[in-house]
Amino acid sequence: MWNTIKKWTKRLTLWELLKGLKLTLRYFFGGNITLQYPEEETPRSPRFRGMLALRRYANGEERCIACKLCEAVCPACAITIESTTRDDGTRRTTRYDLDVFKCINCGLCEEACPVDSIVLTDEMHYALHERGENIFTKEKLLMIGDMYEKKIAEHREQDKAYR
Amino acid sequence: MLDQALTLLWTILKIIAILIPLVLCVALLTLLERKVIGSMQVRIGPNRRGFKGMLQPFSDVLKLIMKELIIPTQASRYLFIVAPVLALAPALGVWAVIPFTKDWVLANVNAGILVVFALTSLGIYGIIIAGWASNSKYAFLGALRSVAQVVSYEIAMGFAFVGVLLAAGTLNIRSIVLHQSGGLWHWYWLPLLPLFVVYWIAAVAETNRAPFDIAEGESEIVAGFHVEYSGIMFGLFFLAEYANMILVSALAALLFLGGWLSPFAGIPYLDQWFAWVPSIFWLVLKMSFFIFLYFWMRATFPRYRYDQIMQLGWKFLIPVTLVWIVLVALAVQMGWIFH
Repeated sequence: MWNTIKKWTKRLTLWELLKGLKLTLRYFFGGNITLQYPEEETPRSPRFRGMLALRRYANGEERCIACKLCEAVCPACAITIESTTRDDGTRRTTRYDLDVFKCINCGLCEEACPVDSIVLTDEMHYALHERGENIFTKEKLLMIGDMYEKKIAEHREQDKAYR
Repeated sequence: MLDQALTLLWTILKIIAILIPLVLCVALLTLLERKVIGSMQVRIGPNRRGFKGMLQPFSDVLKLIMKELIIPTQASRYLFIVAPVLALAPALGVWAVIPFTKDWVLANVNAGILVVFALTSLGIYGIIIAGWASNSKYAFLGALRSVAQVVSYEIAMGFAFVGVLLAAGTLNIRSIVLHQSGGLWHWYWLPLLPLFVVYWIAAVAETNRAPFDIAEGESEIVAGFHVEYSGIMFGLFFLAEYANMILVSALAALLFLGGWLSPFAGIPYLDQWFAWVPSIFWLVLKMSFFIFLYFWMRATFPRYRYDQIMQLGWKFLIPVTLVWIVLVALAVQMGWIFH
């Protein structure tokens, strides 16, 4: 009987409805967590797998020695390599084509590379506008590497303890 | 002759003075709703157009005006086009009898509440005709549901009005507000509390707003009775809905919360400190509270199922109002509370 009285009192005073209203009011004054993209972005980890780049050594020599380990490990077969012997006797690539449409940004090539040549930067805002732009040639990859070298070095420094 | 022309001109100016702020309010309300509901959902509403999104309603209207008006092939053309106007005209017409302060009312008719009731009932025709003329299953279903819902809740709302009528002894809205003068506790929300709550629930159901928005049930039958409407015709329905919202809030403030009367009226020092506040401010403040309540309820409650709506309207609200009207009549007759 007590339960019935409680039930009907709650019904007639709209008790549960008022509880719900109180909750939303609390959220109303609680402030929002919206990020204003593109002015603000969620923070990215140094291990973020974004756009690819080819690195160089400090003296300007390209790191890639055309071992083709990255080509072999790539699960999407995105990398195409042709190599030759350079004038000074070292083995270097003549062609290092990376099809960005095929690439799945898995990072296996970065893990496979023995000289830390192919790396993934944390850049995710790279839109392609022309047909054919999806094949990143060696020159383009080296150029991206030169642009992002400072950041790449920083991220690798941060992640060194865990690799 | 010149006399009449001047009166006519003056009336037209008064109408413009009511309608322009009203339409601006409606535009602002669309934005405010999105921002308030956004805040309750831990996000911000639109904020890219203009400062804090203030120009959003205008870009919305511009978009709607520039859209193609699509009339379905087998639809009844003229009914289809006239329906939004039928929905909007009564919503705007009722404002003639709403008093904003003691001296500001366009038409101080002695049967003010009756006019309000009649004109809001006319608004249903817009919905029925829209649903019928669309020649679409979902529009038809939405219109039927909406009509049944509105007609049922009109009765409950009517009884709430009857309670106010008994308490005040007059149908003239200005007089009803003046009968509530004297202080916060003289307003009709206190003695007529159940009627107040019933009126509010019925009003939310009348305007087809959450949680009673089965008619436009956004997630169920797409847009209900206005699913086939595009462009500015849809915009007119939208306008009518928000104008009705503001109207109903104004009525709630006038009939139950003392309209333009200051809440500090009977209190010894406070009423002098706040005597300088223009009375229209109090009315707007109370209306704003009710409009906020609309948004608050939309953000909080899930939608009622159709049979639950019918049940609530007929089996719960009407008996509550009937019981309370008897009590009020007794109170008036015995001279207990109302003078």
